Amino acid sequence: MSDTNTIISPENLIYKKTDVLLDNTMHYCPGCSHGTVHKLIAEVIDELGIQETTIGIAPVGCSVLAYNYIDIDWQEAAHGRAPALATAVKRLMPEKNVFSYQGDGDLAAIGTAETIHACNRGENIVMIFINNGIYGMTGGQMAPTTLPGMPASTCPAGRDVSHDGAPIKISELLAQLPGTCYVTRQAVHTAANVRKAKKAIRKAFENQQANKGTSLIEVVSTCNSGWKMSPVQANKWMEEHMFSYYPLGDLKDE
Amino acid sequence: MAKAKGAIVVDTEKCKGCGVCVSTCPTQVINLAADVNGKGYHYAYMGNPDACIGCANCGVICPDTCITVYRAKPVKA
Ligand SMILES: Cc1ncc(C[n+]2csc(CCOP(=O)(O)OP(=O)(O)O)c2C)c(N)n1
Ligand code: SF4
Ligand code: SF4
Repeated sequence: MSDTNTIISPENLIYKKTDVLLDNTMHYCPGCSHGTVHKLIAEVIDELGIQETTIGIAPVGCSVLAYNYIDIDWQEAAHGRAPALATAVKRLMPEKNVFSYQGDGDLAAIGTAETIHACNRGENIVMIFINNGIYGMTGGQMAPTTLPGMPASTCPAGRDVSHDGAPIKISELLAQLPGTCYVTRQAVHTAANVRKAKKAIRKAFENQQANKGTSLIEVVSTCNSGWKMSPVQANKWMEEHMFSYYPLGDLKDE
Repeated sequence: MAKAKGAIVVDTEKCKGCGVCVSTCPTQVINLAADVNGKGYHYAYMGNPDACIGCANCGVICPDTCITVYRAKPVKA
């Protein structure tokens, strides 16, 4: 006989949803990395006790509704403009904790200029970058981050580097800029990686509190719907294909 | 030494049956139900409750934060 029922009691609780995460059911596809990263941001905000002083900047992309899930103040940016809006918010209210949350289509395609210039200016903000190698929301089109040979709805035969160029390693590029203090690449496909990614997000917020400049956390992610795989297959595919092009680890930590 | 014993509670209505908890569990505790919830998803449940060690991996990895984890304090012999 199992003693499950006796174990389920408040004094044995070791993991539960943080109250900073609202009870709304997320609109994301089953297994989507966006949900996992939202949870980590909420947990960090909870642990640092900054719920009342944090302002998120939501992007355009699948995470356009991020403000429905994390119980803080938010602003919604036009596509790709989150770093510009984060700049304004942080400069007007330097006592607030400000972060942008952006996909690869948002941060590394339409918003490339805003991304690079905010990082180059060393804006004292946190940028969370969900790199799933595709435009998830609009139907899985090729993004600047799509891997060579990787199929997408606008390149069904796979990305042809001779025609489309090589995928952009935006984090490597941003790590070159003097304004960034912390650039790291993480993933959330295993429990160990989730725990590491959370530490990185926490460190980024602490950097902001220490006025160190821009911290960028890239999370190599899956878009299992766009990739046309099950969530578990997508995690495996990511491990086998994405990590060799986008290796995990810190690119800069000053 | 007493082995830690755990248990999980799944919010079965919120669960989308993505299955990442099933593959992350080190002791194969979790199954997806043959039955579906109100949204039509095969929700996760403790198919093998005796094997749970309360590591919290499933709770940590769940994208929809549907899993609450408990671990009994080891009893000193
Ligand atoms: C100015 C403008 N151009 C194009 C679009 C269409 N659009 C909406 S989301 C999106 C891409 C989002 O991809 P990504 O940032 O990778 O986020 P994901 O959905 O994958 O999370 C595009 C092109 C738009 N909403 N606004
Ligand atoms: S389309 Fe892709 S990125 Fe968007 S919610 Fe679904 S899995 Fe996530
Ligand atoms: S707490 Fe650990 S052992 Fe128990 S069901 Fe979750 S992953 Fe499996």
